[in-house]
Amino acid sequence: MRSVVGFPVAVAQFLYRFIVGDDWVVAVVMILALAATGVLQAQHFPAWWLVPVLAIVMTGISLLRSMPQQRATRPTPARSPSTSASASAGPPR
Amino acid sequence: MVIIVLGVGATRGWRSPLIGAAAGFVVLAAVIAALGVALAGIPIGILRAVVGSLLLLFGLQWYRKGIARVAARGLAGMAAQEARDSDVPTSGIDWVGFFLSFKGVVLEGLEITLIVVSFGLVAGQLGVSVIGAAASVVLIGAIGFALKTPVTRIPRSLLQLLVGSLLTSFGTFWALEGLGVVWPQSDLDILALLVVYGLAAAVYIGLERRSLHQVRMEVA
Repeated sequence: MRSVVGFPVAVAQFLYRFIVGDDWVVAVVMILALAATGVLQAQHFPAWWLVPVLAIVMTGISLLRSMPQQRATRPTPARSPSTSASASAGPPR
Repeated sequence: MVIIVLGVGATRGWRSPLIGAAAGFVVLAAVIAALGVALAGIPIGILRAVVGSLLLLFGLQWYRKGIARVAARGLAGMAAQEARDSDVPTSGIDWVGFFLSFKGVVLEGLEITLIVVSFGLVAGQLGVSVIGAAASVVLIGAIGFALKTPVTRIPRSLLQLLVGSLLTSFGTFWALEGLGVVWPQSDLDILALLVVYGLAAAVYIGLERRSLHQVRMEVA
């Protein structure tokens, strides 16, 4: 019974990791961009540029969002309590 | 398809991508055997859109990770095991590697099959077309096998960036083609996309390195 329930859960987890990964914002924006491209192409509007441009822009935003995490995981000296407190306050991704 | 299998194999280990490629060929053979010349009626556009979108979404994850890792560690000393993805299982099937290879083989294989069937029927030489296609697959496979060792010498973080750029470029191309975009230079536009994504990656690596340098200066 457990394996019957576990299999769909494992498949769902795999699909989530494969499609969404560790930044759901990028996945959502790209899916919307693909949908928008499909709609615009159907209206005979040239929209081939939308997905590549958003892919590059969202990569930059994602890298920017991951910077606080990098700061938080970087070993910091204990000389300034205020610095280490603010560094560890980065939003989890 | 060989580039995808090579890149994924070198980054995540060879076993699962090769099993995925083999499974893709089995599915392809079954589809060809079942449908024959009726293959020309398959809605390849929908398949391109779905497979391309999946490759794009996954490729972007590796693209971003590759940029971050190359920016953090540079090109030296990155071939270590630490650069390997943490989600690669130590035993059993790596389903990510399996599906990436499987999808690449099935989609490109179907495209090749459609071309072979179309040309073969038009020319009235279906048998010769099939032999030519089979010879091409064997030749390209052999070239891929020969490139296996040089590819594994590339540092893993750089390889992840290269494979991420490739998957993102192929994914963008296929997804948009499936959605009705007509690429002016046809398959050559995959190279154009690769150049654009590569240039963007170089810019981001520069910005990341500058930002990391500032953080290190603050810490020091």
